[in-house]
This record gives sequence, structure tokens and C-alpha cells, in this order.
Amino acid sequence: MVARSLRDAGFEVIYTGLRQTPAMVVEAALQEDAGVIGLSLHSGAHMTLIPALLQELRRRDAEDIVVFAGGIMPAADVAELKALGVAEVFTPGTPLAAITEWLRSRFGPRG
Amino acid sequence: MAKPLAAGAESPWVSATPELVARLRSEGARGLARAISAVERGDASAPELVRLISAEAPSPAVVGLTGAPGSGKSSLAGAVVAELRGRGHRVAVLAVDPSSPFSGGALLGDRIRLQRHAQDEGVYIRSLAARGHLGGLSPVIRDAIRLVAGFGFGTVILETVGVGQSELEVASVAETTIVVLAPGFGDGIQLMKAGVMEIADIYCLNKADLSGADQLRGDLRGFIASLHKRPWPPPLVATVATTGQGVGDLWEAVERHRAQLADFPEAEGRRSKRLCDEAAELVAGWARLQAGRILREDSSLRQELEADNDPQAVLARLAERLRWTGPGGTR
Repeated sequence: MVARSLRDAGFEVIYTGLRQTPAMVVEAALQEDAGVIGLSLHSGAHMTLIPALLQELRRRDAEDIVVFAGGIMPAADVAELKALGVAEVFTPGTPLAAITEWLRSRFGPRG
Repeated sequence: MAKPLAAGAESPWVSATPELVARLRSEGARGLARAISAVERGDASAPELVRLISAEAPSPAVVGLTGAPGSGKSSLAGAVVAELRGRGHRVAVLAVDPSSPFSGGALLGDRIRLQRHAQDEGVYIRSLAARGHLGGLSPVIRDAIRLVAGFGFGTVILETVGVGQSELEVASVAETTIVVLAPGFGDGIQLMKAGVMEIADIYCLNKADLSGADQLRGDLRGFIASLHKRPWPPPLVATVATTGQGVGDLWEAVERHRAQLADFPEAEGRRSKRLCDEAAELVAGWARLQAGRILREDSSLRQELEADNDPQAVLARLAERLRWTGPGGTR
């Protein structure tokens, strides 16, 4: 659903699907020349997966790719993730329009 | 992940130079990806960049893979990649999806099923969206093929989702086109869009382990027999993509087709036609942009057009004013 809103806002969206390792996600982002990675996590594994993803981005010299996340997590985790380099975290209940607006303000797509 | 589709010049570089090419090559897959993005955006530097990167690279084998949603086409693409890697090929998969005509965004979901190859340096997977590029989708695909060739990929699989006109465009670009069908969707052949069945060089009956496969095989054989004026009848290969069964046979059929193309003079005719088509498409796209610009700038011409409601009447005057001023004029 988020993907559809993003598409309607004028972004190209690429699903990598569930159960992808951070290395696979980063490789896909590089091959697709993506500017943003959005992670939707429901498993509670965000404090291991997201830092691992950020580290992989550093390893691949791709820290210019912006990372945002969505899902259920405590405020303390949100703060820590942002300190690690996640650009924004959207908790459940955030209107989709807020996400697309945030992306638009950072990247200014057409339309 | 998302890529912003910024209008106009979002190019990270001004012009294509050997230094830029060296830098892109040092970035590996990411450098290739950036070059392809330049082509997608229609950057003024793109044609020269493609030329520099692909110079001296041998033409890759290009295989088109198309079929209805539900045919297991993406799984089959993954299985073909595995087969080719086993044979030592370096493979690029270009997955072609149409863009939404309203917003310019695209949902490029094919990548999901190909993700198992994500970490193999010998595989490059890229989604290409048609963005109303100059000349349509085909020039983007052709330049992307040249770019992956320049990065050492010798085999290219073009895959479509099966919506819009992408199948026909893939068939016009690919040397061998495989049309994939699967049982379990009622009358399999009838579900295919008009014109798609006829473009196949090879028919692939995927999910051949499901019930209904024999019926579909019979229907396909009947259909193939009804095709006329073919130098050789398209073969039918049965596969089960999820297990890899039959995929080796499918690739053998591709290689036989390629050998046939090489042996027959028709092969040169096809290649020549492809190149001529591409050149004509580029001119048409350029002309369309120029005509649009002229009409926007010339209010008297526009008023006349609106008064007479007759585009044919202004054709001669528009065509007279078309003037080539170099690649910058294509934007």
C-alpha cells in the first residue's frame, strides 16, 4: 500500500520482498541506482537488521543512499536508529501522505 | 526502495568523458546502474556515454521472455539465470515494466523473484521503466543492452510483465523470444493478448507438472501447426521452473535458434531491420519533441490549428521547420 502511494506520488518503487538479508537489499539498491531505501519491519528485529543494513551501506561506499523505516517500535529505538543514520522513522498510523510528502520534500520529484 | 523521477536535468555529470567511464567502471554494478539511469532520463550526455562504454564490447545474446501474469515467467527467468551461471555465462536481466501513465511512477515487482541471485557478481538485475523517453521504450532497452555488454555481460534476458505494449517491443529487440504459458487458467492460449502468441520463437510450457498441462500442450501443438510461412516451426519446451526441470532443454532450444539465425541470410535481414527500426524511432521521437516545442512557441500556428481543427493542414509547415541542431536538441 505504501508502495502504491509512492508510485502515485511519482517515485519508482522496487520491491525486494520479504526475508532479504541486508546485503541483498543493498546490492539491489546499487544495481537499480536507487536513492532511497524504505524498510517496513514487523518482526521486532529492527534493532539488528537496520544497523546491519547501515553498516552494509558503509561497506559498499553507498552512504549517500537515504534510509527510512516504518513499523512498530518504542520511541527509544527510534531515537537510537536516527542517531545511527536512519533519516526518518514512521510509526504505524502515520498517514501515507506524510511519508510521500517527506520524500517529496527531500527529493522533489516531478508532479 | 525508491528512485525520484525528477524532470529534466538531474544528471550527476555534465558530459561523457573517458574519465567518467573509468570512474563508473570502478564502481562496478553501481556504475553500470548510474549509466543506465542516464539513458532512462534521456540525459544529453547519454548517447556518448553509451558509445564510450560499449565500444569494442561484443554484442551480447539477447533473449526475450514474455508471458501472461501467472505463467511463472519470473521464476523461469531465475531458473534460466541459474542454468546460465552453471554454464559460465555472465547474465544481465532487464525487467521491463510500464510506467503509470498518470504519475510517471512504476511498481517494479519482478525483482522479488530474481532476488536469489542478488549476491552473484556475475548477475546484474535491473528494472527498466518506460518513461515516455524519446522514441519510446525500445531505445532505452537497446542502450541498456549496450551498456551491460560494455560491463562484460554476454547474455541478456529481457523480461516483461505482460501489460501494455512491452511484449511487442521486447520481441522487436530480442534475437530469440520465448513466450511462456502455464496450465490452470482455463483456456491458456485464448488468454494471451492478440499478437503475442505470434511473436514466439520458442513456446515454453511452464508448470508442466500441473494438471491441464497435457491439454495445453495439445492446444499449443495445434496452434503451432496453424502458423504459416515460417522457415522453421517454433519448438515447444516443457519446464517446471521451480525445480529447474526442462530449463536446460529450454536453453538448448535458444542456442539452436541462434544457430539457425546465424545460418540463414534472414538473420542479417532481421538485424538490419532492427537497426533501421531503431534509427527511425529515434528520429520520430526527436521530431515529436521538436513539433511540440514549435507549437508551444508559435501562437499563430496554434490558433490556426485550433480554428481549423485539422492537424494535417499544418503538417507541411511544421515539418519544414524541423531542424537538427545537435543532440542537445533532443531534450
